[in-house]
Amino acid sequence: MHQVEIATTRETLLDSPEMVLNMGPQHPSTHGVLRVILKLDGETVIDLDCDIGYLHRGMEKIAENRMYTQIAPYWDRLDYIAAVSNGLVWVETVEQMMGLAVPPRAHYLRTILTELNRIASHLLWLATHALDIGAITVLLWALREREEILKIFERQFGARLTCHAWRVGGMPNDAYDDFNKDVRQFVNNFPKRLEEYETVLSENRIWLSRTVGIGVISAEDAIAIGLSGPALRGSGVPWDVRKSRPYAAYADMDFDIPLGENGDTYDRYLVRLEEMRQSRRIIDQALEKLPDGPVNAKLPKVVKPPVGDYYHSIEGPKGEIGCYLVSDGTAQPWRVRVRPPSFINLQALKQMCVGHLVADVVAIIGTLDIVLGEIDR
Amino acid sequence: MFLLGPINILNDLLLKLGFSAETISYFVWPLIQIGIVVTLVALWVAYATYLERKISAFMQARLGPMRVGPWGLLQPIADGLKLLTKEDFIPENADRWIFFFAPYIAVASAFIVFSVIPFGPDWAVIADVNIGLLLVLAVSSVGVLALILAGWSSNSKYALLGGLRSSAQMVSYEVAMGLSLIGALMFARTLSLSGIVAAQASDSIWFVVYQPAGFMLFLISGIAENNRAPFDLPEAESELVAGFHTEYSGMRWSLFFMAEYAAMVVVSAVAATVYLGGWYFPFVYRLEESGHHNLYVVVSLLVFLVKASLILYFYFWLRWTLPRFRYDQLMDIGWKWLIPSALINIVLSGIAIFVVQALNGWGKITTIESLNNGLNLTATGKGIMVAIGLLGVFVMAALLARINWRSRDFNLKTQRRNIKLVNVPKGKPAVQTGS
Repeated sequence: MHQVEIATTRETLLDSPEMVLNMGPQHPSTHGVLRVILKLDGETVIDLDCDIGYLHRGMEKIAENRMYTQIAPYWDRLDYIAAVSNGLVWVETVEQMMGLAVPPRAHYLRTILTELNRIASHLLWLATHALDIGAITVLLWALREREEILKIFERQFGARLTCHAWRVGGMPNDAYDDFNKDVRQFVNNFPKRLEEYETVLSENRIWLSRTVGIGVISAEDAIAIGLSGPALRGSGVPWDVRKSRPYAAYADMDFDIPLGENGDTYDRYLVRLEEMRQSRRIIDQALEKLPDGPVNAKLPKVVKPPVGDYYHSIEGPKGEIGCYLVSDGTAQPWRVRVRPPSFINLQALKQMCVGHLVADVVAIIGTLDIVLGEIDR
Repeated sequence: MFLLGPINILNDLLLKLGFSAETISYFVWPLIQIGIVVTLVALWVAYATYLERKISAFMQARLGPMRVGPWGLLQPIADGLKLLTKEDFIPENADRWIFFFAPYIAVASAFIVFSVIPFGPDWAVIADVNIGLLLVLAVSSVGVLALILAGWSSNSKYALLGGLRSSAQMVSYEVAMGLSLIGALMFARTLSLSGIVAAQASDSIWFVVYQPAGFMLFLISGIAENNRAPFDLPEAESELVAGFHTEYSGMRWSLFFMAEYAAMVVVSAVAATVYLGGWYFPFVYRLEESGHHNLYVVVSLLVFLVKASLILYFYFWLRWTLPRFRYDQLMDIGWKWLIPSALINIVLSGIAIFVVQALNGWGKITTIESLNNGLNLTATGKGIMVAIGLLGVFVMAALLARINWRSRDFNLKTQRRNIKLVNVPKGKPAVQTGS
């Protein structure tokens, strides 16, 4: 990555109008342990460099020494905000490599739960993004809604954050008794709550002046960098894995993709809010259509995909999360490679930030919606 | 007479102890008054933090402090004790002495202002200085020095940026704050805070009615002056960690905290005094007429506290609702919006007073009753003044819009098109759902 030149001697430090500010790894708004080295002229950012790896746990290497079924919990720890979505990409990759036919009920439940997870992740994004820009109350309101989702997760999976939601071939168990009622209740209450956030933020003059025209990235640049998810759609590129290569039960769902026009922070904000509405729509439909039947396919004793390699990706809350899997026919994978959306989205940081002020850096880190667990792996 | 009894006894006791009457009235009593005011203000400040936590909690669907005492009422005391026992840490390369003294400057400048604020009539005034308002502005702006010194001496880049921001911010907003008060001073014709209250009392009207724009301007620049959200850039948590007090800990940190809240109480008190009639409230004077002098003073004092607390609540409310401005936007608002509007306000007030004076004695109209205690107007005069005041808000808005219509932030919402929803055709499914 690009390196920031740092003046070291006393003379150059005093002579230059520049100041090097070390933002992070301990900083309230770097969303974890991201370290951003900023070169400032006054408060204007001239240059910046990201230093990552403070949360590196060697997930991909660990995966080479685990059985296929044992790897799934590690995926929860990548993007711990969206553990349910992350778990899905792994099990689906293995299933597709083995050619397993997963029962439709499992697919529908997966759709419902990953969409709930998308809402939860977007709510946390909204909370922290608003907090970074200074609207503190939105944080607690959004966490209140997220809590409802986490309660559903807790009852369904037994855990709130790192759920270990899926098993290869289906689900660990069927939906709990009141699942439909709980989800339905959430779906019914949610639009009203979303409107509350909109009244606080969308038309707010301060919010507008803090987000409009900040961190602009054009569609060409976004594609060149490899952005995905809301960050890409905010620039107006209609790319959504749920549409272009439908997985789980998305092929049966009817939903729209929100697209921004200017590619700035405000567009990405609106896109994410609209995505929450669309997610709600998907959950609504999936609950209507939820078929009966088993939730597990018949599995062999040991999961052993055939020799070969396979790439599968899903639309996670932060972007396209993919898994490239190379199997040598044994019970352990030969190589696992994650396509981490946050890591790739973070690369746009420099292009978005240079020329803006320190306060905007914080806003842009927020709008990229990064999770360091996934960046560092 | 229920309060004066013990006071007289104490006075006699002091005389017996050999103090002269002058010493008692110019030295002993002021000391007692200062003691009472400092204690009460410290309590007020402590419970302002409690109230802020409670109010924010209710706005955010939480409960706030509940554990220490009933409804967490002892929380501020527990916090104070905790901070007192914490380590007083000074960074290695900090400028020791400046780092040491900066918090004291902050607290002192905030507390000194209370000496001239009239909490009520008669004995509830500590010092009736004839340049009271000027003293308030002068002393409270010394508080900036504390922030700059703290930011500079900490030897931390975040603290330095915070100090720089605060100096720029407070210097620009001080101008708007001072200018916004001038409109009200034109009606009061005095700088003494007691005099301003007396002018409103004798005219039986609050200056906010004459000066709606001035009141708003004062409130807004007051928030900026206190570094409160949405103008809390010097300590913007998400950007500068904690701004100028990043390196402070323990009691020294809490002194900054106290200074912030005390300054907020000061601004609320000044706003209540100048625009909301201070301790004056209609019909309370009847207590005085019926001979209950001390009761009158106590009730007036409570009236003042309630008014100041309402403005304080307004500050809490704003903080927990609005996002934070950016540094350059803050400067824009200060220089392109607030200062011009304060100047326009002065001109409009001048015009209003001129009109009222010109109409006085024209035909059968009398507008001015007397000039003894500020500008005392008749009902007609008041009507004209209120009409011009309200009209002034619109004139001001129009003028400001004319000045600022080119700026980027002027009508951001209408400049934008909303996001669009598309339903792109589906690709080949990766998974056959089999349904």
